[in-house]
Amino acid sequence: MTSVTHEDPEVLTARSIVKSYGNSPALRGVSLSAARGDVLAITGPSGSGKSTLLLCLAGILRPDAGEVSFAGRRIDTESESVRSALRRREFGVLFQFGQLVPEMTAAENVGLPLLLSGVRRREAMTAARLWLDRFGVADLADQRPPEMSGGQAQRVAVARALVTEPEVLFADEPTGALDTFAGEQVLVQLTRVAREAGTTVLLVTHDAQVAAYADREVVIRDGVVEGDVVPASSSAGQHRMHT
Amino acid sequence: MSAGHVLLGLLANGQRHGYDLKRQYQRRFPSAKPLAAAQIYATLERLLRDGLVAAGATERAGGPDRTLFAVTRRGRAELDRWLSEVELPSEYVANLLAVKVTLALLIADQAVAADFLRCQREAHLTRMREQTRVKADPHADLLRVVAADYAINHLDADLRWIDSTLQRVGQLAKEIRP
Ligand SMILES: Nc1ncnc2c1ncn2[C@@H]1O[C@H](COP(=O)(O)OP(=O)(O)OP(=O)(O)O)[C@@H](O)[C@H]1O
Ligand SMILES: [Mg+2]
Repeated sequence: MTSVTHEDPEVLTARSIVKSYGNSPALRGVSLSAARGDVLAITGPSGSGKSTLLLCLAGILRPDAGEVSFAGRRIDTESESVRSALRRREFGVLFQFGQLVPEMTAAENVGLPLLLSGVRRREAMTAARLWLDRFGVADLADQRPPEMSGGQAQRVAVARALVTEPEVLFADEPTGALDTFAGEQVLVQLTRVAREAGTTVLLVTHDAQVAAYADREVVIRDGVVEGDVVPASSSAGQHRMHT
Repeated sequence: MSAGHVLLGLLANGQRHGYDLKRQYQRRFPSAKPLAAAQIYATLERLLRDGLVAAGATERAGGPDRTLFAVTRRGRAELDRWLSEVELPSEYVANLLAVKVTLALLIADQAVAADFLRCQREAHLTRMREQTRVKADPHADLLRVVAADYAINHLDADLRWIDSTLQRVGQLAKEIRP
C-alpha cells in the first residue's frame, strides 16, 4: 500500500504554508517535515493554528500559499477527488470526538474505510475485529457508539483510523475528551501500534503529557513555528508574541 | 522526608540487616535517590537509641557481620502515627525557574528570559518523554509506572508554568523594569 521510496525519508513536507479565514490569518508561513515513522507532536496555545495546519497537511483544507508534499509528490494542487482518494488510501484521520457512525456497530465502523476502498465485506469485518482486538475493545464489536463510554468509543475510532494501515495518521486532540487514565491507554496503544507499523503520526495537542508520547515537538504560536522567522511577505507579521 | 520512618516502614514486616534495607529501599522507591550505606547505619543507630528498633542476632555468612534489626512496639506505634499524619503543603514554594526569570529580566531583558524559558521547556519535555517511555513500556512493573507518573505530573506542572510565563514575559518585563 505504501508509495514511499527509500530515497525519500521525508514522508510529509510543508513549505511556507499560509492560510487565512476571511481576513484573519491562521497560518503565516509554516514549514515542517516528518520522516517515515516519526511521531511528531504539534503543540501551542489555543487558536495558534494547530488544527488548521493539520487540515492543510491532510489535504482537507487547501492552503492559500505554500506547498504540501506527500512522498515527494505535491498534493495541495491536486483536485479534491485525487486528494480524497489519497486520504482514503494513505492517511488516517482522528479527531477529539471519534465521529463514529452512531447507527453502525463498532465492527462496521472500523470496517467502513476498508469497504470504501473496495475490500469485500467478509474480509473487512475480519480485519475490523482484529483491529478492535489490538485496541482492547474486541468485546465491543457488536455494540453501537451510543452504548459506549467516551474512552471505548475513542479506541474504536483509533482502530478505524488505522485499519487501512495508513502511511500517516493525523490526530487532533485524540484524547482531549477523555480522563487522564483513559487517555493514557489510548495513547500507549496508538503509539505502540504506529511504531510497530512504521506509521508517521502527527499529534496535535495543547497538553505536554500527550506531547511526551511523541519523539519530537513543533510549537506553533500565532500561526508560525516558534523559533522560525516570519516571512516578510506575511501581512500580519507584526504582532508576534515574543518579539 | 524522614529516613527513620522509612526504615521503620521497611522493617515493619520482618527483621532485616542494613544492606538488605538499602536494597529494599531501591526496590520499593525506584525513582528516589539511593540511600547511602552510612546514612542507613547512622539512622539505625538513632532508632536503636530511641528504642524504636531492636538489634537481634548477628549473621556471619562469610562476609562482614550483619546485625538484624526489628521494629519494637514503640517503633510500630510511631510508624502508624507518622503514616496517618497529613503532610502540610509547604508555605514557601522554591521555584528556581522563577528566580532565574526575575533575575534575567532585572539584569538583561525579555529576550534572555524567554530564551531561558524555551530551553528549559525543552529540557523538561525531554525528561518527560523518558518518563513516558518508562510508563508506556508493557513490561514495566506498576511501582515504576506509579513513580514515573509522579515525575510526569510534576514536570507537567512546571511546563504549564513555563508556558504561561512565556505568554506573560513581556508584561512581566515592564513591571519589573518600568
Ligand atoms: N472555520 C473557521 N472559520 C473562521 N476562523 C477560523 C476557523 N477555524 C479556525 N479559525 C481561526 O483560526 C485561528 C486558528 O485556529 P485553529 O483552530 O487552527 O487553532 P488551534 O491551535 O487548533 O486552537 P485550539 O487549541 O483551541 O484547538 C483561530 O484564530 C481561529 O479562530
Ligand atoms: Mg484545534
